[in-house]
Amino acid sequence: MSTTALPASAARDRRINWSWVGVLPFIAFTLFFLILPAANLIVGAFQDANGAFTLKNIVNLGQPAIVRSYVLSLQVSAASAAAGVLLGFLLALAVIHGMLPRWVRPTLMTFSGVASQFAGVPLAFAFLATLGRTGLVTAILMTLFDFNIYRAGFNLLSFLGLTLTYLYFQIPLMVLVITPALDGLKREWREAASTLGATGGQYWRMVALPILWPPMLGAFLLLFANAFGAIATAYALTGSSFNLITILLYAQIRGDALHDPNLGYALALGMIVITGVSNGAYIWLASRSARWIR
Amino acid sequence: MAFLSISRLTKTFGTNTTVKGADLEVERGEFLTLLGPSGCGKTTILRMVAGFETPTSGTIRIDGKDVTDLKPHQRKIGMVFQAYALFPNMSVRDNIAFGLKVAHRSASEIDARVKEMLELIKLPQLADRYPYQLSGGQQQRVALARALAIKPQILLLDEPLSALDAKIRVSLREEIRALQRQLGITTIFVTHDQEEALSMSDRICVMSEGRIEQLGTPFEIYNYPKTRFVASFVGTLNILRGKVTDGAAGRVQIDGQEVVTNRGLNGASTGDEVAVALRPEALSIGRANGQSNNLDGVIDEVHFLGSVVRIRVRFSDTAVSLDTFNRPNAAPPERGQPITVNFGREDILVLEGPAH
Amino acid sequence: MNQSRIIPWIGFGLGALYFLIPLIATFEFSMRMERGTYSFKAYRIVFADPGFQASFAYSAVIAVLTIIVGVALVVPTAYLVQLKLPRLRPVVEFLTLLPLVIPAIVIVFGYLRMYNSSSILPLTGSARGTDLLLIFAYVMLSLPYMYRSVDTALRTIDIRTLTEAAQSLGSSWPRIMLQVILPNVRVGVLSGAFLTFAIVIGEFTMASLLNRPAFGPYMQLIGANRAYEPAALAIIAFAVTWACMGLIQLVASLSPGSKR
Repeated sequence: MSTTALPASAARDRRINWSWVGVLPFIAFTLFFLILPAANLIVGAFQDANGAFTLKNIVNLGQPAIVRSYVLSLQVSAASAAAGVLLGFLLALAVIHGMLPRWVRPTLMTFSGVASQFAGVPLAFAFLATLGRTGLVTAILMTLFDFNIYRAGFNLLSFLGLTLTYLYFQIPLMVLVITPALDGLKREWREAASTLGATGGQYWRMVALPILWPPMLGAFLLLFANAFGAIATAYALTGSSFNLITILLYAQIRGDALHDPNLGYALALGMIVITGVSNGAYIWLASRSARWIR
Repeated sequence: MAFLSISRLTKTFGTNTTVKGADLEVERGEFLTLLGPSGCGKTTILRMVAGFETPTSGTIRIDGKDVTDLKPHQRKIGMVFQAYALFPNMSVRDNIAFGLKVAHRSASEIDARVKEMLELIKLPQLADRYPYQLSGGQQQRVALARALAIKPQILLLDEPLSALDAKIRVSLREEIRALQRQLGITTIFVTHDQEEALSMSDRICVMSEGRIEQLGTPFEIYNYPKTRFVASFVGTLNILRGKVTDGAAGRVQIDGQEVVTNRGLNGASTGDEVAVALRPEALSIGRANGQSNNLDGVIDEVHFLGSVVRIRVRFSDTAVSLDTFNRPNAAPPERGQPITVNFGREDILVLEGPAH
Repeated sequence: MNQSRIIPWIGFGLGALYFLIPLIATFEFSMRMERGTYSFKAYRIVFADPGFQASFAYSAVIAVLTIIVGVALVVPTAYLVQLKLPRLRPVVEFLTLLPLVIPAIVIVFGYLRMYNSSSILPLTGSARGTDLLLIFAYVMLSLPYMYRSVDTALRTIDIRTLTEAAQSLGSSWPRIMLQVILPNVRVGVLSGAFLTFAIVIGEFTMASLLNRPAFGPYMQLIGANRAYEPAALAIIAFAVTWACMGLIQLVASLSPGSKR
């Protein structure tokens, strides 16, 4: 017995070692190009110019300009995520459960795949050409209805304008994320509810929405993080005049706009904390929703 | 008048008519099964009774009241689905209470009713579990309790056993039938499984291609199938070609040998070609005297099935299968051996319609 | 029957308007360069601009290299995690999702601090070194998508049986990887590759902060200085993204195992 068992287990050990060697490049890569750079910044956030430990940088995040940037970023992210979740959900619902012709669904899915990746600089151009001062929609509203949206207070380079622009990738992302959950709603649940005397409204309130709630909240947090880390669209749209936290950080990296390199690290730390918390919440919620959908 | 009355019911999906003018009456407290292969229209009838599909034409009456255009939630119908349709976000208790909650019953009434239902399905200890923590059989029992909790006028069962293991299927079907008898609830059960249909039903309605083929008790359906479809769908059957030689005396010639039936010729007369059905269990080996029929042939194949030995006997043109019990002390028959099979005059069924 | 479809149709119609109007407007705007008439002049200028050609070519090369590095990194890892090291799955999945958590600008900021010219590994000290760093940054950026595609593809085939069959025929480990596993997950790999290309080709933040002459910063520069060319660039970028997504669908539908 023992004579045959020994070589077998030795062989197994050797194979496990080889497997570990196989994943080593991946582990090393994520360590050197993801974990350590982020950790490096976090350490820097707690150091002064001479490398000594300090909390001064964290305290300095309280400067009104920085707080304003954080708040603005949080507002834009929350607003575009909330609107994206709501509108994306309704769009996906209309297409999946609305008994529309068969071609509608794959069309929406393909388009969502494209649009959710169509962010950054070109998106800013597209919205400038649409809702900018000389944009097509602006011009049409002016000639047809004699309605100047800019005189009415609209500005593409504003909170509302930026949120509207972000929705161009937020809504499709929501469609992609929520479709599996909507597909998971079984026809029998609705039918069972109706034979038990429930109206359509009662079905949605007592069955469908409670089931969809965790994935919806998860989608909200994903969209939130997605908008929070974005910079290119806002930068191309507004230059550095619109002080999102990402734009402030960009200016800091390019030219030490805050005149304090270590404050820049603290800025980055704040961003990691915010997206980390929102994604942690997402993972927690995702595992909760999976618990009874499985 | 019957409790549930369906008349001239037709349903067309696009160019495809799945139910073609069905007429059906179900008595109060009756357990009626719609039996047929997939696509025969049985599920569509059930879904029209439930209100999920609107009939293209025809009417559905429950207790004398026309419900054809009522929405499902206005019909007071209990339904159990094939795929466990329990609400995954609710415990067993909340699932059973759902119908009472949407009807705004008082909390104490709901509690009492849920408790009663849990006792009924013998699962009181699982009240706080979630559906994913239950086995398939348990889920279907909870689904049954949920459907019954609202005291529906009619219970609809849409292949509720098909997704379950063979063993649970048998025990649950006995349980469902016992519950149905105990509550006296009018029930329509849809299945493609003839064994389920025969064992559970008061009456069976056999369907094929949107039409009702035959309606009768399990005994009638099995022993007196009217059409070739019913005969072949319910149980195993030998179908032979015969020719009526004397309509008045019930004489039919099969492969040159003459047999006599005392069950009538189903409308055929002398000289007609007919299809003749014989159940394997009605045939015995050996020559019998008196009123019995005998056919001489040769053993073609022998299949040993354990307790039963199935023998295939060839006559000149056609062949039949017959079942005999396995007897350890008798030598099994061998292929090529000449053999005579006998059967009673009442065992021959002359089926409706032409021979082929 | 029809009435219940009106609201879904309205919803779909409004969605279609919101998504199509900017595209139409951008296209219309890009054609307006010549006064009083529609023309493709803006496109001609863009395509003739050496800056466009150079930056697009640069980004395309970087994208291809990113895909190669990404595939080389992800395929063996996903394979081994699925076959031999299932215990490692939560860790690897967490790592592959991390780039969605940490904003790109933070990651590149970390690179600049860690790999600057006075550090132990001064990658930013030379142009080639910075190119390499940019490729690594993009591998990171596309990691969630690439890993997801490959992992999904691996799940649909029985890699254990394939591996054992190859081993019983005497294949070596690199041979199994290249000749057995890779061809069988090529749909996933190609999906991940096209998605990566779509992400990398117009990326702005990382390329800009690493000071590389990529397409994203070029577009930003044009946007700040020109009127009609940016609209033409937006249409071009949209077309490239659409082509990548179209290719993903094409690859999926042409694969032998696909059902549709």
